[in-house]
This record gives sequence, C-alpha cells and structure tokens, in this order.
Amino acid sequence: MSATTAEPGISEDELDANGARIESVSSLGVFATLRRGVQLSPEMLNGVWITLALAVLAAGGKVVVPLAVQRTIDDGILAEGGPDAGRVVTLAALAAVGLVLAGVCAALVNVRLFRSTEAGLATLRTRAFRHVHDLSTLTQNTERRGALVARVTNDVDTISLFVQWGGIMLLVSVLQILVATALMAWYSPVLTVVVWVCFVPMFLFMRVGQRKVNAAYTLVRERVGAMLGAISESVVGAETVRAYGVSARTGRRISQAVEATRRAQRRSMELVAIVFSSGVFVANLVLAVVVVLGAWLGIGGALSAGEIVAFLFLVQLFTGPVQMGTEILNEMQNAVAGWRRVIAVVETPVEVTEAPDAVDLPRGPARVTLRDVRFAYSGGPDVLHGVSLDLPPRTKVAVVGQTGSGKTTIAKLVTRLMDPVEGTVELDGTDLRKVSFASLRERVVLVPQEGFLFDGTVLENAAYGLRNGTRPTTPDDAGEVRAAVSDAFAELGLSDWVETLPDGLDTQVGQRGEALSAGERQLVAIARAYLAAPDLLVLDEATSAVDPAAEVRIARALDSLTAGRSTITIAHRLSTAEAADLVVVVDAGEIVETGPHAELAAAGGIYSRMHASWVSQTR
Amino acid sequence: MMLTGSRTRRSLVLMWRGMRAHPGTYVLAVTASALFGAMTVGVSRAVGWATDAVVVPAIAGDEAARDRIWLAGVVLGAVALTLALSVAGRRMWAGYGFSDNIADHRSALTTQYLRLPVSWHRAHPAGQLLNHTTSDAEAANGVFNPLPFALGVVVMIVTAVVMLFSIDPWLALAALVIFPVTVVANTIYQRYMSPAVTRAQQLRGDVADVAHESFEAALLVKALGTEGREEARFAATAGDLRAANVRVGVVRAIFDPVIQNLPAIGTLVVLAVGTWRAGSGDVAAGDVVSAAYLLTMMTVPLMAFGWVLGELPRALVGYDRISEVVDADGELAYGTGRLPASDGGLGVRFERVGVDVEVTGLERGTRTLLEGVDLEVPAGATVAVVGPTGAGKTTLVSLLARLSDPTRGRVLLDGTDARELAAGEIPAHVALVTQSTFVFEDSVRANVTLADRGEDGSPSDDEVWEALRLARLDDTIRAYPDGLDAPLGERGANLSGGQRQRLAIARALVRRPRLLVLDDATSAVDPRVEQAILHGLAEQGSGATTVIMVAYRMSSVALADTVVHLDDGGVVDVGPHEELMARDPGYRELATAYQAEAERRERAGDETDRDDELQEVAR
Repeated sequence: MSATTAEPGISEDELDANGARIESVSSLGVFATLRRGVQLSPEMLNGVWITLALAVLAAGGKVVVPLAVQRTIDDGILAEGGPDAGRVVTLAALAAVGLVLAGVCAALVNVRLFRSTEAGLATLRTRAFRHVHDLSTLTQNTERRGALVARVTNDVDTISLFVQWGGIMLLVSVLQILVATALMAWYSPVLTVVVWVCFVPMFLFMRVGQRKVNAAYTLVRERVGAMLGAISESVVGAETVRAYGVSARTGRRISQAVEATRRAQRRSMELVAIVFSSGVFVANLVLAVVVVLGAWLGIGGALSAGEIVAFLFLVQLFTGPVQMGTEILNEMQNAVAGWRRVIAVVETPVEVTEAPDAVDLPRGPARVTLRDVRFAYSGGPDVLHGVSLDLPPRTKVAVVGQTGSGKTTIAKLVTRLMDPVEGTVELDGTDLRKVSFASLRERVVLVPQEGFLFDGTVLENAAYGLRNGTRPTTPDDAGEVRAAVSDAFAELGLSDWVETLPDGLDTQVGQRGEALSAGERQLVAIARAYLAAPDLLVLDEATSAVDPAAEVRIARALDSLTAGRSTITIAHRLSTAEAADLVVVVDAGEIVETGPHAELAAAGGIYSRMHASWVSQTR
Repeated sequence: MMLTGSRTRRSLVLMWRGMRAHPGTYVLAVTASALFGAMTVGVSRAVGWATDAVVVPAIAGDEAARDRIWLAGVVLGAVALTLALSVAGRRMWAGYGFSDNIADHRSALTTQYLRLPVSWHRAHPAGQLLNHTTSDAEAANGVFNPLPFALGVVVMIVTAVVMLFSIDPWLALAALVIFPVTVVANTIYQRYMSPAVTRAQQLRGDVADVAHESFEAALLVKALGTEGREEARFAATAGDLRAANVRVGVVRAIFDPVIQNLPAIGTLVVLAVGTWRAGSGDVAAGDVVSAAYLLTMMTVPLMAFGWVLGELPRALVGYDRISEVVDADGELAYGTGRLPASDGGLGVRFERVGVDVEVTGLERGTRTLLEGVDLEVPAGATVAVVGPTGAGKTTLVSLLARLSDPTRGRVLLDGTDARELAAGEIPAHVALVTQSTFVFEDSVRANVTLADRGEDGSPSDDEVWEALRLARLDDTIRAYPDGLDAPLGERGANLSGGQRQRLAIARALVRRPRLLVLDDATSAVDPRVEQAILHGLAEQGSGATTVIMVAYRMSSVALADTVVHLDDGGVVDVGPHEELMARDPGYRELATAYQAEAERRERAGDETDRDDELQEVAR
C-alpha cells in the first residue's frame, strides 16, 4: 500500500481539488449512446450486412424446418392410402439439409459477431484507457483507482453481451414482425389492425418501463463502481486495516456496498421481469382477442374458419419476435448503462492537447521563459498572477515558497501538465503549446517526489526511461538495454548498490516497488530519469528522510543526474536553494525575488527572512 | 469451497450449493418455472380447444358455440395472465437468486481479503483481487440465470416422455435418441470450452491488473510522456483478451446451433421410425403426429438446458478462481488470551525470533530476514531500532502488531505469546504507524478514529483534537472550513506527505496505545515537528506508553533510552547511544555516516541539515 506514502507533491497540491472530473455516466440518450458507442468501436460494423443476411437465412431456417416437418406429416405419414415411406425419407432428408444449412448460417453469424464486437470492444477499452492517461485528472489519489479500472474492464464487458447477440437479433425480429404483419394483413386487414392496436398500450408501457430499467441498470453500474472503491480499501489499504485493527469497520463498509449493489441488482431484475412478462401477457392476450373478434367476423361472413385458424398461427409468428424484441431491449439497457460510463471517460475533454502544427525542437541546452503567465483552475481564483521569468540554459534553479504559493503550478506549467490561462511558457523561445508532445517529453522530464515502480525487475524499471525502446524484445536488444542501464547506474555511482541487491539488475521490485525501501525506489527513479536524458529536468524534491547510506547515494546520484543540464527544482529544503545557481521565490502567486542565494539572503526580503528564521532554528 | 471430482460432479455441486444457500428463492423460482411449462402447453391446448369447440362450430352456425365465444375469450385471457405471472415470478426469483449468490461470493471474497495476512496481499496484485469480485463472481453465477427455468420445465420433458411411452415404446426410444446425443455434444463442448474460458478469465484479470498499475503510475507516465507505451502495453493485453474471447465465442457459436436443432433432428428421426411403425401397422398415423408434437414440446426445456450447459464451463472457471482466494489459508489464528488491564506501557520480549519469507524472483526458495533475535524491552521504555537498509527493521517491528508471525521463536507482549492473544486484543493495545499512510475516503474525524460516529468506544471530538494536537496537525485541520467534518481522499482536501504521516500518528495516539510502534513514521515530517511530537508523547505521562521506533535521524535516536542496532537480520548490540558509540564499530559507522555526509556537503558550500522542509520553516 505504500504507493500512497508521501503522495507525489506535484499530484496533490492544487490540481485535485479543482481539476476536471470524469463524470460517472454520460448524459447521452439511449440512441445517442448507441450511435456514439458504435462510432467509438467502428469494427463492430465490419461486414454487418453479410452478417445480417446470414442471420436472416438462419432465422428463415427456423421457419422452413417446421414447415418441412409439417409437409412430411401431411404428405408422407397422413398420405392417402397409408404412410408413404419414400416421400417421408425424401422430405426428411430435405428438412435435414435445411437444418444443417440454417445451423451453419447461425454458427457463421455467431462467429462473425464475436469477431467484430470483440475487435470493437478491444478498441474501446484501449481508447478509454488511453484517454484516462491523457486527462490530467488521473493525477489523483490512488485510493479509488478501482472504480476507474472498472470502466475499462467490467463496464466494457457489460456491453459485449448485448452486442454479440442483441443487435442482430433486434433487426431480425423487426424483419420477422414486418413479414408476419404483411401475411396477417393478407388474410384479414381488420384483425391485423386490431392486433397492432392491442400492442400500442404495450409499446407505450414499454417506453416507460425501459426508461426505468435503464435507470436501474445505471444504478447497478454505479453501485458496482462504488463497491470496488470500498473493496480497494481492504486490498490497497491492507496494512493499515490490520495495523489499526479496523477489519470490522472496513468489513462493515464493504458489506454495505455489497448489499447496496445486491439491492440495486434485485431491483433491476424486478423491473426487467415486469416489463418482459407484460410483453408475454399482451402477446397471449391477443390470441383471446383474435378468437373472439375472429369468431364474430366469421359469423358475419367476413372470414372463413380456415382463415381464422391460419391467422391464429400467424399471430404467434408475430408475437414471438415481439417478445424477443422486449427481451433484447431490456438487455440493451444494460449495455447502454455500461456504454454510458465508458463514453463518459472518452468524452471528458482533454485539457492539454497537441497542436496540429506542432513542431519538433532541436536538442540542446534548454532555456525556459515565462511571459506574463496567469493561471487559475476552472472557476477558481488566480493561482499565478502574471508571472514572468527567464531561466538561461544550463542553470540550476531552485523554486522556493510556501505551500499554496504557486511554486508547484510553475513546475506543472513548465512540463505542460497544464496550460496557462494567459501568457506563454516557452522552451528555447517556442511556445510549449506549439511543441510536439514527443519532442517536449524528450527534452523536458519531470521527476516526481515518489518514484513509482512497476512490478518487474530493477532493469525493466530503469529501462522505462529509455526513449525508443519499450521492453527488451530481441536478445540483441536486451543486451543493449542491459548495457545502457548498467552504464547508467555506473555513471550515477550506484554500481556498488546494484551489487548488494539479491539478483542485481534482475532483482524483482514487487508491486509498486514495495520490495525495495523508499530510498532504493528513489535510486531506481533517478536512474530512469538519467536514461531518459532530458535537456531540462524538473525535480519535485523528495521530502522523506531515508536511511543515511541511501541518503548519501541519492545526493551523489542527483549530482550526476543534474550535471550539465538545465534543472528546475521545486525545493522543500533551503539547502537545495543554497546550492542552486538561481533562486526564485514565489509568494501568493507572484515571483517576488530572483537571484543567487547569497544575493537574496542579504537583500532583506522574504528570502532573507526565511533564511534567517531557518538558520536560527537549526543552529 | 474448492470443487473436486469429475466435471459433472463439480458442476452439480456448484449449482446445488447456490440453490441450497437460498432455498426459498429457488423453490419459488422453480415452481414458477414449472407453472410456466404447464401454461406453455396450456396455451396451445386452449387455442386448440377454442378453435375446434368454439370458433369452427360457431361459424358453421352452432348457436351454443356462439354463446361460448365470450367464454373462450375469458379462458384464453386467464391462461395468458397465468402464463405472464409465471414468467414474471420465474424471472424475478431467478434474478433474486443470481443477485444473492453473487453477493455471497463477494462477501466471502472480501472477508478473506480482510482476514488474510499482509504477506498474502503483497503476493496478489490489487487489480486481480478487485477483478475477482466483479468478473469472476459474475462468471461463477451466470449459470443461475437460466437454471430455475431449466429445472422447472423438466416437468415438460417428463410429461412428454411419459406420454411418448404410452403411445409406443419404439417411437419413444426414437425420440429419446436426442438425449445421448446431447450428452456427447456437451462433453465435446466442455472439452473445448474449459481451457478457452479459463484463459479468457485469466486475461480479464490481467487486463484489470495492467489498468490498475498503469493508473497508479499516472504521474510518471505523464512525466516521461510514455502514454503511447502504456497504451501499447494495455492494447497488447486487451488484444490477448480479445483473441481469447473470440476463441470462446467460436466454440459457443458452433455448439449453440447444434443444441438448438436437436429437437428438430429428433422429430425427423421420429417421423422416419414412425413411418416404419405405421407401415407395419403397429401404430396409427395419428400417433406419429402426436409423437412429433410432443417432441416440439421439448424444444423449450432443451433450449433452457442448452443455456445452462453453455454457462457451466465459465461458471466452473469463475468459481475455481474465487475458491482459490476463499480457501487460501495463512490467516492468523487467534488464541483466547487477554492482556492484563493496566495504565502502564506494554513489556515486550523477543525470544530466538527468526523470520523466513518465500522468494519468487529468479531463484526460488526462502530467504531469512531475521535470525535468532533476543530482545527485551521493559514496559514504558523508548527504544530506537537502527540499521542499514535490509537489516530487518520493518520485519522486526511488524511482528509487534502481528502483521505476520515469526517462523521461529516467540514474541511476548506482557509475557503472553502474541499468537495466544484473542482477536482484537493486539490492535486494542498496540498501534503501528508505518511510513506510508492510507487515507480513507472519509472525513478527517473518521480518518482519525477509524470508527463510525456514535460507535461504541469511539473517541470523542475532544480526544480527536488532542490526538491531532499531539501529532501537530491541529492547525491544518482547524484551517479547513469544515474542521473535523472536512472530507479527505479523492474528493476532499489533500494532505502533503508529512501531513499524511501526522494523520497516521494522530490515528495511533487517539487509541491511547500501551505500545506505540513507529516504523519510520516521521520520515516526511520536519525534524523539529518530529521532536515536538516525540516530546509530546513523553509528556503524556512517561511510562504510560512503550515506544519502539525505527529511526533514520540521530535527533530521534537521541530521544531513546535504548538503541537496538540491527544488521543482516540479527541484533548486533543493544544499549544507550553513548555506549554503542563506544563499543559497537558498526553502529559508530552508521551514526557517523550521516554526519560525515552532512559535513562533506558543508565543505562543498552546502548546508549541514538537509532535513529541513522549507514549507515548515516559512510557516
């Protein structure tokens, strides 16, 4: 659970309280949701017409086979003069062929649907995942990540059920309804109108019902998200829960969330049962209406008895797909609920985007310029009021100021985690908004307070900083990567530390790097930043004390890392400011002093007061 | 909970357990389903009767039949209503059963999450654990949706079979051919489906895991601009899941039409055999027609069974994955011992304590973290544990809160083996504060008390303020508009690393522990604040609390009566700081390392005390 240790300073200061939030569901209507959903997963429509044609054939088979059976009985078994074996065999064989063909069509439809929807959903998952990363909102606390994870896992899974079966069946059902209606109308237009009229109240009722079903399913999705949040307390916070002996209370909170989910689920099931069974009721009630009305019409001479019998058969052909349609529409509400939650992620606007005409900047010593930069979080007061600053290349800059002074905001603007409201932040004279992301991230690297490590080896984690390589793929590659990482540790004076690890570079760091100490995690993070080889390094100074030996190593490694580079350090220690070439003092959103330490310390301003107070307290 | 035996046996046990857990619900669901079966037959009988006995004669001019038209309408209406009610009941109770069973699994899982030791949690990624409660729980219970339907309509099969035999045993046997075919088809299906579904569920967990880890690393990803790389990593796993899901889909796509068409095949067989029997004069042609009709009656139940069989492989896999957690042992067993009531500190004794852990890296096996630790801490003493990284400090102190048990030897609290104490006894007397602090999504008050308001024994607001004061966090909280009610966590105010640690200390102090264990708990706190906190503890009444702390700062060590020097899993020396400085060269080296580095930096023009947090100074 130690990922939440000293929470990275950059992430926590101001952004969370004011940053954009991912809505829990999108506000799109049902059809807009479906349209948008398909738009996001265009693969779903791959070859949909062929699939639909096959589905019609498969559905046709379902009608043809009973007909073939019917003919076998009428013309074969009940043939005049006793059963006609030859005819039976011929017809049965024909029926069997029909069965196989329909079965093959059905199988093909299923396979095609699985292929296209899974392709579409994989795209959707990845798209939502990427979008979450593109949002700065993600720089939030780790405690409720579970709920966000659900958006790319469980919520997407919910969609698949409907799409793999419902979408096509809905179209086939509508087709069947139309065909049945046409046939019924041919026998008796009057009765057909009556049948349709019977269904009108049902359709109206269904509209209301479906809306409720949708709300119920949406509630289920939300409750599942909240439940995952509660459960992650017991998983991510396992150590805290035990150390304070609060299993009972945590258990209670989880039970409440599980119970709330259960109740929401039961409620959704009730509604579906009511809506579906009302469809069943109307479908069968129609039979009674047709019998009564048909008999009267028959008595009046408008219909023959045979026609009524045929009509009754057709009505059942009509009500079958109507019931199927009800069922599919219910399922669709569940899919829509999941879709809405995924779409809500994708639709959350990205605050920081790459300009279409963005350029790559040449590598080299970095110069950073802020021109009248004003910044405020949406709806909030100004955090920076028109700040201007020019930091020459290869300068070590320390930014100091109290919590809330805006010093962290400067770091976020320089690394373009956010854009200023007014003014520009420039890298070598180019507005950051005009610099391509690839170029920007290559030249400017932020090193957060707490280096997060992935579950893997020390080697893999350090190599994560390498620009072109992902993970070692080929043996040659792997050798090169290993050499580069090994060199990096050597350059940073950390080879001896690597040797003390049980498996050297191949030592597993555990989940979130927990197998290493906080200081060791920082060492790996420094090596990672070193391998990223930026021109400008923005350091959010770690405040945690670590054991003395590690502290010494970290200090040395940082010296090697920053050598010859432009660095901006968000300093939490005055000693860091003393060692810097240039000190920038931020107070209440303004840069109040800029200059070398010695100059500022003697200037009699805020910095000298800070320094004096610090000196008196530490000596 | 693990299922054993053949696949059939495991399937049956799985379904039986779920139904037995909610007998009332399933009795009602199956009854409703049986009624549905009867009514399905009832509808066709009623329509047949209405046609033959009412409509046809009425049109033919039969006055009595004309009087029965309304009766026919009422009968059909009543049948329709009963049918609809049976459908509603079946679906509702089946839905209840599904929701209840899934909630049971979630409760069982989360109970384990709370019960299993921290070491177990370290070995199981959070994403996977969260996924068990959603995807796996849904998979394990998916079979409960169609199950009552299938069981209820068994009535239809039994009726049909009995009637078939009463017509002609040969015809009956011909009709029953479809049953062994179903069994064979299902065996083949399961053989292909089980591995496919196992892989798909595994990959679902992996997708959740990658997402969880990647979202946790969000700031790092932004800092290095590796969104593309993370996307590729996620897309690869999502792509694997897609392929696995398609594989599952293909197996199902082929199996579904086979099962669905079996009744039609049965009908054809019956017709062929029927023609032979009728030709030889053993049965009447009408009987063959009746037999064919009875087979169509089996379509619905066989379809329902197809659904159940189709869901079973997934259910077994989900159930197994849940069982692995539910059956995991390693939870700590509790005794019945109580610690004697006392206002004084707790006495602590380690007797020949050794701890081994399993290593899962390159070389599997066990690694010894502690060996032969003998240590006596008198009640009320303040002890500092000092040693280099990897010495075993955290392992040692975590034994005191019983986050795990020693592999060898005993840990005695006031003379009682920690393992013999009753559940809840240790947290009531011992508070462990770790370096990392998990902040709950709750108010400040609840984050300190870790109790619900008004809960028995929950501290009063005064006590909370007092704890916050001792942890030097009271000013920060007082500045919040809502004070103790201010929300913390994702949607609330965020605390800096140092503030989080102080919150954890307040959390510990409010419980007035007799033993306070600080595992590097003040690393992010300013040293002077740390001093104030530690002095505050002392003024609370010396001797009232035994304090054992892992310390990296000599200023903290100076507060301890006794220093324990730990290295390489063993105690090197124990005694007051001065004595150890005099006689323990290893300790001397360690203690001076920090000082030496500080001096080196001073010579280099840097500051001596690098610990100062600027924000604290500036305050």
